[in-house]
Amino acid sequence: MISAGIDIGSITAKCVILQGDKILAYSILRVKPNLEESAREIFEKTLELAGLSKEEVDSIVATGYGRGRVDFANKKITEISCHAIGSHFLIPDVGTVIDIGGQDSKVIAVENGKVLDFVMNDKCAAGTGRFIEVMANALGLKIEQIGELALRATERLKISSTCTVFAESEVVSYLSAGKKVEEIIAGVCDAIAGRLIAMASRVGIRREVVLTGGVAKNLGVRRAIEEKIGFGVKVPPEPQIVGALGAAVLGSG
Amino acid sequence: MRELMASYYMQGHQAECNAWITSGAPVELLYAMDIYPIYPENHGALIGATKLGSYYSDFSERNGFSRDLCSYARCDIGCVFAGTSPIGGLPKPTFLFACNNICNTVVKWYEVLSRIFKVPLFILDTPFIRKELKESHLRYVEEQLYDFIKFAERITGRELEDQKLKEVIARSVEGVGLYAHCLQSARNKPSPMNCFDAFVNMAPIVCLRGTDHAIQFYVGLKKELDDRIKQGISAVDNEEIRLLWDNIPVWYRLRWLGEFFENRNACLVADTYTNAWTGFGELKGNDILSSMAEVYTLSYLNIGMDRTAEIINHLIELYDVDGVVMHSNRSCKPYSFGQYEIQKKLSVPSVIIEADMVDERVFSEAQVVTRLEAFLEML
Repeated sequence: MISAGIDIGSITAKCVILQGDKILAYSILRVKPNLEESAREIFEKTLELAGLSKEEVDSIVATGYGRGRVDFANKKITEISCHAIGSHFLIPDVGTVIDIGGQDSKVIAVENGKVLDFVMNDKCAAGTGRFIEVMANALGLKIEQIGELALRATERLKISSTCTVFAESEVVSYLSAGKKVEEIIAGVCDAIAGRLIAMASRVGIRREVVLTGGVAKNLGVRRAIEEKIGFGVKVPPEPQIVGALGAAVLGSG
Repeated sequence: MRELMASYYMQGHQAECNAWITSGAPVELLYAMDIYPIYPENHGALIGATKLGSYYSDFSERNGFSRDLCSYARCDIGCVFAGTSPIGGLPKPTFLFACNNICNTVVKWYEVLSRIFKVPLFILDTPFIRKELKESHLRYVEEQLYDFIKFAERITGRELEDQKLKEVIARSVEGVGLYAHCLQSARNKPSPMNCFDAFVNMAPIVCLRGTDHAIQFYVGLKKELDDRIKQGISAVDNEEIRLLWDNIPVWYRLRWLGEFFENRNACLVADTYTNAWTGFGELKGNDILSSMAEVYTLSYLNIGMDRTAEIINHLIELYDVDGVVMHSNRSCKPYSFGQYEIQKKLSVPSVIIEADMVDERVFSEAQVVTRLEAFLEML
C-alpha cells in the first residue's frame, strides 16, 4: 500500500509519500496563486523523488487550506485531524500539538491520535509564521537567521503581540532607538510564544507537547515556548510535513 | 410567512401611532394600547438576509459610527440616513421603547434615534441578574412598567384597559406555547426541522406576540411539523450528527450554512436564540405587571454565565445533541462574551466560529469551513 498526503497551506505546499510506516519521499514548495497547479507540481516532484509513477500510488489525501482545490485527491481532511495523526505517527505519546503555520496557528489536544479539542487563531496574523516573516523583513534578515540570533540575545525587548502591523512599527522604532537586533528578535519570538500559550491554555497543555509547522524550526520561538510551559517540547525532524504525513497515514487505511 | 411579515410591515406604515421597540421589551403593553410595534432588530435581520449589511452600515460609518458597533444598530441608523431600506425604510416612530435586558447598546442606539426623529424615548432599565433575582430588582422594574404606561398614555391620549391587557397576555402565552411546541418537534429523531427553519420562522413570535396572527401562524407550523414527523420527513436526509447552535444567526449565510451541514449529514436541530423567546410563556394573567417584571428581567441575555451554561446544558439534554456550534458574534457582545468559559461548562464538545450576524465583511469562509469540518471530524 502506497499513499500520498498533500498539504496545501497558505505559504507552502507539502507532499509525503508513505509505504507502510516508511516515508519514501517528501518535498516542500512555495505555493503559487494557482493552487491546482501547486498541488500537481508538488505531487509530481515527490513522485520523482520516490521513483514512482502516479499509478503506483493507491490513495491520495489532501489537507490544508487548499485541500478543496486538489481535484485528484480521493479524500479531503482538515489539517486539524492530519496534524494530530501525523504527530501521533512520529511521537506516539503526544498530548498536545502546537502547529504554527504561515497564516494560522492551532493547538490540538490529542489522545492516541484522536482530536479531543482544538483552538485556532482567528483573523489575525500575530502568532503565525507571517508575523516572523514581516519582522525579519523589517530587520533585513533572512527567515532562517531569526532563531539563532534570538538565542544570542542576553536581554529581551517587549513587542506587542496584538497586531502584526503595529508590531512592525515597534520593531522599526526599536531599531531607530539603537537597540540590538538580537534583542528585538528575541522579543518577537517571545510575543509569538505568549500568544500561542494563551491559546493552548484554553484546551489545556498536556505532555508530550509537539511543535509542528514551519515556525517549529525556529529555535528562538521554541525556547520561548519551553520557558513559558516549564518543560521541553518535541520537534519532529521535519516539522513542516507533519500535516501531509498525517494525510498520508489516513490514506493508508 | 412572507405574506404575514409583508402585511406586518405595511400595517406599520398605516398605523395611527407606532413605537420602535427592542426585541426583548414587553410588547404586550403596546398591543394592549393599539400602539403598533416596529422592530428595528427584525429589520436588521432582514437587511442581513438580503446581504445588504455592509451597504447600509456604510451610511452610519460615514456619519461617524464605529464599525465595532452592533451591525443591527449600524444598519438601522444607516437606513435612516439613507432614507430607505430593502423594504423602503421603517415608518417614523411616534415614540421609542428600549429595554436593556438584551444589551446596553440599545440605550445609546435609541438615544440616537430619539435625537434624529425628535420623539420621546422610554428606557426600561432591567438590572443584570448575575445570580439571584431579588425583590428589590422586581420592584424597581415593576415601578418602571407603571411609569411606562403613564408615558404611553400621555403621548397617545389613550388609556390602558386591564381587560384588554389580560386578553393580549393570554394570546401572548398561547402563541409562545405553540411556538415552543414547534421548536420542540426537533426532539424527534430524525428532526423534522433545523435551526435555520426556526430562524426563518421566528419573526411572528418576536413582532406579533400577543396577537391572533402569531397564534394562527404557529398553529399552521405545528400542524406542518406534526405531519412531517408522521410521514418521517426530516430536515436533513441522513441525520447522523445532531447539533445545537448558539448565538444570533449569520443571516447572510443561512442557506450556505444549512447546505454545509446537510452535505455532511449533520443537523443543527435547535439553537439558544429562538429558544430564548419560549421564556415569555411564563407570563401570568394575575398580577400582570409583577409577572412581566420578572419574566422580562430574567431574559436569556440578562443573566449570569453559570445560569446561561445551565440553560444550554438543558437544551443539550432536551434535544439530545452531540455538539454545540457557537457563533462568536462580532456585533453582539453580551451574547458572545464568556463563550470560551461557557464551553468549559458544557456536557458535550463545542466549537467557536467567528463571524457577524449582518456584516458580511467579517465572515471568512475558509476559516469557518476548517473549524466546522475539523469539529465534525472530531465528533
